[in-house]
Amino acid sequence: MDLTILYYLIPSLIMFCCGVYGFITRRNMIAILISLELMLNSVDINFVVFNRFLFPGDMEGMFFTLFAIGLAAAETALAIAIIINVFRVSENIDVRDITKMKY
Amino acid sequence: MESVGSIIVYVVIALAIIICSVLAVTTRKILRAATYLLFALFATAALYFKLDYEFLGAVQIAVYAGGIVVLFVFSILLTSHPGDNSAKLASKKRVLGLLAAVAMLVVAGYSLISRTSMLAATAAGDNPAMKEIGTALMGTGHGQYLLPFEAISVLLLACIIGGVAIARKR
Repeated sequence: MDLTILYYLIPSLIMFCCGVYGFITRRNMIAILISLELMLNSVDINFVVFNRFLFPGDMEGMFFTLFAIGLAAAETALAIAIIINVFRVSENIDVRDITKMKY
Repeated sequence: MESVGSIIVYVVIALAIIICSVLAVTTRKILRAATYLLFALFATAALYFKLDYEFLGAVQIAVYAGGIVVLFVFSILLTSHPGDNSAKLASKKRVLGLLAAVAMLVVAGYSLISRTSMLAATAAGDNPAMKEIGTALMGTGHGQYLLPFEAISVLLLACIIGGVAIARKR
C-alpha cells in the first residue's frame, strides 16, 4: 500500500468540516475561536502536503505555512484581547447576548 | 511501497487528528475543547515530522502548543467557570451545522476521490536543511522571503500594541 496524497488530504478535510460545524453551532466566543483554529490548521496541512507531494523541490508551501502560523498567532492574541474586553463590559461572552451595538 | 511502520504511524496520526478535532467541537466543557484542540495540533506537528518538515513541526509545537493554547486556557479560566457545561444546542441549529459540514465533506471528498490522477503522487524530496531555510528567509532574490518576513514582524508589533491597547483597563 502506498500512502498517496489522498491519505493526507482526507484527515485535513475532516478537520476543516469539524471547524465549520463548530463555527456554526457554538455560542461561546472562545469556542468559536477554537473552531477557527481548527480550520486554519487544516489549511496549513494542505499547503504542506501539496508542497511535499506535487512540488518536492520547492519550499513555497512550507513558507506559506510558516507565515500562516505567525498570522494565526497574531489573530488569536487580538481576538482574545477583544473577548476579554467584551467580558469586562457585559460579564458574558455568549454571542447571543452581545447585542449592545446592534439596535 | 511504504514500510509497515510508516503506515502504522500514519494511521495513528490520522486517527488522532480526526478524533481530537471531532471531540473539540462536540464536547460541552470548554476547557476540554481547548485540550482536544491541543492534541489535534500535536497530531498535526507529528504529521509535519512524518512528511520530513522538521523545522515546521518544531514551529508548530512552539507557537501553537506553547503560545496559542496557553492563551486559550488563560482566557477560558478568566471568562467562564471551567466545570460548567455549555447550554444544550437547539436541534435546529445543530441540524443546520451538521448539514453544512456534511455537505461540504461530501462535495469536497467526492471531488478529491474522483481525481484519480492525484492518487499516483507519492512523497518525494527530503528535509530542507536549516541553512536553506535561513537563506530563503533572509534573501531578496527569486523564491526568497525577506519582505514577508519584515511585514510579519511589523504585523506582530502592531498586534502587541493593539492587544495592549484593547485589553487595557480604562
